[in-house]
Amino acid sequence: MEKKRLFVMFVMLFAICGLVFTVSCAKQSVKSEAAELETESSMAADEASQMTAEELAEAEAIAAEKAAAREAFVNENIHFDFDKSTLTPAAREILRAKAMWLRDNADTAVVIEGHCDERGTTEYNLALGDRRAKAAKDFLVDMGISASRLSTISYGEERPLDPASNETAWAKNRRAQFVLR
Amino acid sequence: MVKRSLLVVALMVCLPATLFAQYDYVRISNPFLHKIPIAVPLFKPISGTEPEAMAAQSGADLLAATLEFTRYFNLINRAAFLERPDRTGVTLADIHCKNWRDIGAEFLITGGVTVAGGMVEMELRLFDVFKERMVLGKKYKGKSEDQRKMIHRFCVEVMEQLTGTPGIFESKIAFVSTGDGSKEIYACEFDGYNPQRITRNNSINLSPAWSSDGQWLAYTSYRKGGPDLYITNLTENRGTVFSKEGINISPSWVPGQFMLAATLSFEGDQEIYLLTGSGTVVRRLTRSWGIDVSPTFSPDGKRMAFVSGRAGSPQIFVMDMGSGRTQRLTFEGGYNTNPSWNPVNETIVYCAMTGGVFNIHVIDVKTGASVALTADQGDNESPSWSPDGSLIAFSSTREAGVPRIYVMTAAGTDPRRLLILPGEQTGPKWSPAVAAGR
Repeated sequence: MEKKRLFVMFVMLFAICGLVFTVSCAKQSVKSEAAELETESSMAADEASQMTAEELAEAEAIAAEKAAAREAFVNENIHFDFDKSTLTPAAREILRAKAMWLRDNADTAVVIEGHCDERGTTEYNLALGDRRAKAAKDFLVDMGISASRLSTISYGEERPLDPASNETAWAKNRRAQFVLR
Repeated sequence: MVKRSLLVVALMVCLPATLFAQYDYVRISNPFLHKIPIAVPLFKPISGTEPEAMAAQSGADLLAATLEFTRYFNLINRAAFLERPDRTGVTLADIHCKNWRDIGAEFLITGGVTVAGGMVEMELRLFDVFKERMVLGKKYKGKSEDQRKMIHRFCVEVMEQLTGTPGIFESKIAFVSTGDGSKEIYACEFDGYNPQRITRNNSINLSPAWSSDGQWLAYTSYRKGGPDLYITNLTENRGTVFSKEGINISPSWVPGQFMLAATLSFEGDQEIYLLTGSGTVVRRLTRSWGIDVSPTFSPDGKRMAFVSGRAGSPQIFVMDMGSGRTQRLTFEGGYNTNPSWNPVNETIVYCAMTGGVFNIHVIDVKTGASVALTADQGDNESPSWSPDGSLIAFSSTREAGVPRIYVMTAAGTDPRRLLILPGEQTGPKWSPAVAAGR
């Protein structure tokens, strides 16, 4: 009879620990379960609740990182020299990061917008914006992103970010911008 | 907006007009060296009523202003006149040509006006005061609100007599204006009168282009989200939308045909294609890696000038439509765009960026010699020829940095602002000699 009782207690201990570990970050249920136990399992229960708090903090950190990466993807533009649609080394760096994000978020699709500064003629700039958007797209496709996820549109000089007429504003406006579809 | 029924009834009562051979007073090649001095006194109200007096004043003033707009004429100040046809009479028998020669006039126009029951009737006569003869005599009758059209019709006749061309009086100028919060296309009469809005879709509308018969307007619009080509009949309000992947921009009609060239990028690169007016691709015209944009045709449609980046920077090239052979035209400066081929001769007006500033230049297609027509007056872009090749409409930021439409002569002289609307006005395109309206 003693052996059986001991055996049952062991099984219970294992079972309870097992239950505690399979429960996800629901602190409350862990706590309530911990409260049910006798002193033999209280230490195990404390351990369990500590790990869930860590997991939660980690999950939050991961979520924040994801949001930041998404924001960077959408808000970080690449820039071009005047009258050029070639990618600068800085632009390539940014595009590589965007390619990684696109790989990690395989269910997303993007519109790449090509823009110019206000100088030069409307029609020529519409064509130049088209080239800039396509230059960015081609780079991403070369990095392995499926072309079907990337569409392009040119706005020429029609949608400046900065309406001022100086070199700083113009440099900001000569860009390709990434918008999630 | 003009119904035939409202139009002028030109009673071709050609009063004893001994019409002789063409006057050769104005040669189009250098018409601005000697402006024709002409006198346009007040018209005579025939019955002397108040409405007649008003119509007489407005008619004479409009006629004088219209002739002045062409830059071919020097209107003599009424204060200098030695006689008053509105009091003494308007026919050859009534006037004394010496009085007009003495104040420097070569020509004189008199008018007699009758107003009755909402209708106005005008008798207009053009005299050569040196030959002491009447050159032109016309009678017009129509509704009072059509007086402008009647005056314009007479100006067409005057221009035909003195220069051999019908002039610009029934043409329109299309342009882009932002006054309503978005870039929309408008059109006004040649002198800036009566601007009418053509697009109203609250998106971005650009690059209007008139067909040769003045009935169709092609333009680019972001109405459906991206740059699509709209080809619209102005009076019947019907048309086609050409919406391939990529850009569908910079339309330009082939003279005398229901066909247009435009830049498309659905095959990847930005190339110029030939399309029918119903929006079918006929063939691809340019084959070079890089931007090809802004086509403009020679008057016979056999050659096309356009902007290409194939030489490393935007320059103007000319292509023979038959052989496809393409030659570079501009070699000065690193940024030459926006070409417009003169409708009557071998010159092309375009926009050149030098020292960060944009100016209008004109280049001779045969010799390649070019001249700047604007300088030190802000940024000057989008030049467009009048249908008789004598005037150029363009946009300029010379006043307070805000883009407005201006008109100057082909020689770059006498620039004047065309009109002023809320917002900014850019991208003017002058129609053929006769254009439809709304």
